[in-house]
Amino acid sequence: MTASLRFRAAIVSIALFVAFLGIWHIATRGAAPVASMNPEYAKLMGLTATQGKSAMPGPLDVGAKLWEHLKRPFYDNGPNDKGLGIQLGYSIARVGLGYFLAVIVAIPLGFLIGMSPLINRALDPFIQILKPISPLAWMPLALYTIKDSGLSAIFVIFICSVWPMLLNTAFGVAAVRKEWINVARTLEVGTLRRAFTVILPAAAPTILTGMRISIGIAWLVIVAAEMLVGGTGIGYFVWNEWNNLSITNVIIAILLIGIVGMLLDQILARFTRMVTFPE
Amino acid sequence: MTDKFISIEGIAKRYPGAAGGATAVFENLWLSMERGEFGCVIGHSGCGKTTVLNILAGLDTPSEGTVIVDGQAIEGTSLDRAVIFQSHALLPWLTVLGNVIYAVKSKWRGWDRAKVRAHAQTFIDLVGLTGSEHKRPSELSGGMKQRVGIARALSITPKIMLMDEPFSALDALTRGTLQDEVRRICLETGQTAFMITHDVDEAIYLADKIFLMTNGPGAVLAEIVENPLPRDRGRIDLHRHPYYYALRNHIVDFLVSRSKSFATDTPGHDPRNVPVVRIGKPELSIASVSDVTHDELKQASWQGLSRP
Repeated sequence: MTASLRFRAAIVSIALFVAFLGIWHIATRGAAPVASMNPEYAKLMGLTATQGKSAMPGPLDVGAKLWEHLKRPFYDNGPNDKGLGIQLGYSIARVGLGYFLAVIVAIPLGFLIGMSPLINRALDPFIQILKPISPLAWMPLALYTIKDSGLSAIFVIFICSVWPMLLNTAFGVAAVRKEWINVARTLEVGTLRRAFTVILPAAAPTILTGMRISIGIAWLVIVAAEMLVGGTGIGYFVWNEWNNLSITNVIIAILLIGIVGMLLDQILARFTRMVTFPE
Repeated sequence: MTDKFISIEGIAKRYPGAAGGATAVFENLWLSMERGEFGCVIGHSGCGKTTVLNILAGLDTPSEGTVIVDGQAIEGTSLDRAVIFQSHALLPWLTVLGNVIYAVKSKWRGWDRAKVRAHAQTFIDLVGLTGSEHKRPSELSGGMKQRVGIARALSITPKIMLMDEPFSALDALTRGTLQDEVRRICLETGQTAFMITHDVDEAIYLADKIFLMTNGPGAVLAEIVENPLPRDRGRIDLHRHPYYYALRNHIVDFLVSRSKSFATDTPGHDPRNVPVVRIGKPELSIASVSDVTHDELKQASWQGLSRP
């Protein structure tokens, strides 16, 4: 019994994964072919009807297709046929840009709200009303005013990632320990220097937590936003493959969305760990 | 009073009360200290000790009255008045050296890096933390943290050190060592210090003057007790000194009973002229500073203990 917890957990994880693949494989296996059928109808329906094959692809189909995609991630055969790498690249770029704009707006504004009770009270009703609005509800308004679908998607990312960052920054700044502020005050540290040398490092873990929540939400929203605006991106890819009735590609896209989302979260988690200080 | 280095003149602190009125924590408080003196304020919780200290530090403002330090009315915080906080208040994301450097840089903005570092290092050495410069506060024990707090306060070479129960969170042994350090540093540098405590022995060991405050709300400064123990007193034989128990009993009596009843017992108390108590005679004598000679003090002996 020397196996570490980590090792044992890995074994269980792998066992669960294999079980999942097995059940999936069995569930989507072809049944006996249907005997009597109009040949034209059979031709139209393909294997699904003639050999009782499930429309849902099995793990082997998905694996084969995934390998195909991984071999050529960046091909570009025109508007409706681009490699998954290109599609993901578009999505990540949109998320990155909208998220970056949100950081630029939310963190200084959050600082202001956290440091000034007046501004906090004054802006509170606006934030309370704007925060619960689904980011996609902004889409028509964005399309009408910006008149560019790509920019509208970026705007939607901006608007959905701004709130967690704004609220967490404001909370983190307002909750900085009084004694640390008092240290700065007794040392006659000016407001600006205090903001950068005391409040920012003290609130950084809370701010980064907000940023981590935001990147998660942004990645959730980009798929839906791209389904609406179309053209490029992993969300558009999902919808396009649905229209092509390629469930295999839809499953692959779902898998990749999950992996990219996890990576984004891990990056922010690492940043959070870097600024967290033990007390 | 010849040289009033610190002069607290009629300060009051009131908070809005429940029924529209105002509750005064303390009112019309007068207190003065000379340069190089070590003053300790003793009183129960809620008598406004910390508020007095915060007002002195400039972290709080009085509802009334002024505080004059070195001939100037204070306005807000100042690098001349360093504060050692009860909870040490180190910035946890900075190292020991970083915490001290932060203070040094705040005082001397034009200094180059090497000079700031060397200056900070001097004070880290002074409090005996050589070798721990690059540790974070979380890696230090409570006593070491408070040493950093002391080094940080001293590093800006303040005119006054203000200490708000600096050792109350420490265990008895560590507290003792740190009291020794603070006493040594204050004597060596001639530092004026103002400390809040509720530890009677700490006050007796450290202070030249002990300020007794009655219970709040409506707290007043009841007495100023002059410490009769010699300036070169040591922790080990402190309790063997002939005046020690008389002094200690006087303070404990005050805290136990008189702090509650002081206002009713002493209707004619003049907050501007607080009685100065000198201990060492068979009976407590209330005298002004001038009329007790050094010889009289020497004559007094164990009889002081027989005070009812």
